[in-house]
Amino acid sequence: MSVRQSLLAILDQGPCYGYQLRSEFDRRTGSTWPLNVGQIYNTLDRLARDGLVEKLDAHDVGPDSAGQIYFRITEAGRSQVASWLGSPVERTVATRDELAIKLAIAVTLPGVDIARVIQVQRAATLQNLQELTKTKNATGDPETSENLAWLLIVDSLIFQAEAEVRWLDHSEARLARAAATGHAAPLPLVTEIPKRGRPAKVVSA
Amino acid sequence: MSNFGMSNVDTNSEVLLQLDGISMQYGKGETAVTALSGVDLTVHAGELVAIMGASGSGKSTLLTIAGGLTTPTSGEVIVEGQWLSTASAAGIAALRRRTLGFVFQDFNLIPALSALENVMLPLDLDGWKRNRARSAAMDALRSVELENRAHHFPDELSGGQQQRIAIARAVVGTRRIILADEPTGALDSTTGEVVLRMLRKRVDAGAGGVLVTHDARHAAWADRIVFLRDGRVVDESVGHSVDTLLVPVVRP
Repeated sequence: MSVRQSLLAILDQGPCYGYQLRSEFDRRTGSTWPLNVGQIYNTLDRLARDGLVEKLDAHDVGPDSAGQIYFRITEAGRSQVASWLGSPVERTVATRDELAIKLAIAVTLPGVDIARVIQVQRAATLQNLQELTKTKNATGDPETSENLAWLLIVDSLIFQAEAEVRWLDHSEARLARAAATGHAAPLPLVTEIPKRGRPAKVVSA
Repeated sequence: MSNFGMSNVDTNSEVLLQLDGISMQYGKGETAVTALSGVDLTVHAGELVAIMGASGSGKSTLLTIAGGLTTPTSGEVIVEGQWLSTASAAGIAALRRRTLGFVFQDFNLIPALSALENVMLPLDLDGWKRNRARSAAMDALRSVELENRAHHFPDELSGGQQQRIAIARAVVGTRRIILADEPTGALDSTTGEVVLRMLRKRVDAGAGGVLVTHDARHAAWADRIVFLRDGRVVDESVGHSVDTLLVPVVRP
């Protein structure tokens, strides 16, 4: 998981204590995904259990430790940092996507104005995109490394939002085509298979 | 007009451009094609409005109507208080020199003229004295941070720089309305961003802009995004506060 790997990579720069790790993580990610200290210590415990970091004794740290518990990366931890940086982040196939599920279901329901569903979503996503762009515009060109890291994250959110809008545009066109060819009919519930035999007589008017 | 949230633009600020019930039809009778039907659009000073829509949705047609290049079948265009329907051809041409500036995808700079001369062109055509035109053009170049390229010719400039020159030309002198049709279409992603930043800056300084684009990332630079589908406005969106988006944003 990226938080675990990120903390390990930060520890590769030198021993840190919990609060320090939290602020290092925050300033490197523009405080976009703030971590709580509990999360940090849980992660550190697991890293220690797996032999990737070790707790330092107070006398190793020196008189400045002020009672903080420092953690230091191990050789095994170092090599894991290198392998994290050298390998792609795995995107789990078909992670549940709220919007994809909503559209897929909506399209099978009778009486849903799917064009409206798409339009409402697109307007909302565009608003997000506008705000992100405003944030980026206000940030200007990166003058510090923290600023640069923060802009990378804003860009990432911008491209995700853009991709969503493009997908919505595409879906809209696809649905229009499907409707034109009669392939957009709602799915009724599948009930028990009717009994074999003669169908009941229908009295015609 | 539906508002989904708060706009930062003061709607009491001066209206620079107003389109009322614009319809556009090509051809007559059974073969008539409706490009636009009943489109309203208002652009205030300090406001950038993006027009989005698929190809054929009528967005470029709307821009040429807003700029007085095309006369709509019905509806009224009001540019800085002046009704185009009652203006003479010469009057509309004067508006285009003095009030409206176009920015196109392919820059449309004149290759034989330097950057400065390109920016001065509408002022020259409008009969400005040389020195005054020159100094206004330098101001415009400064506003797009290219005053040090004033004496370069278009082929000595990058695509992004040429487009910034085109923006300077669009806002030179008394021009306050920028009509941009896919201005970043020919540029790579980061260069396009610089151009949009400049456009945004000019608008923030008091111009009004209409940005036609099919790209959501570019439309997002606008205060308001208008969607066209089959010649009709299907929706408008206005930005809302960033606080709702990025939970505690503690700027580094």
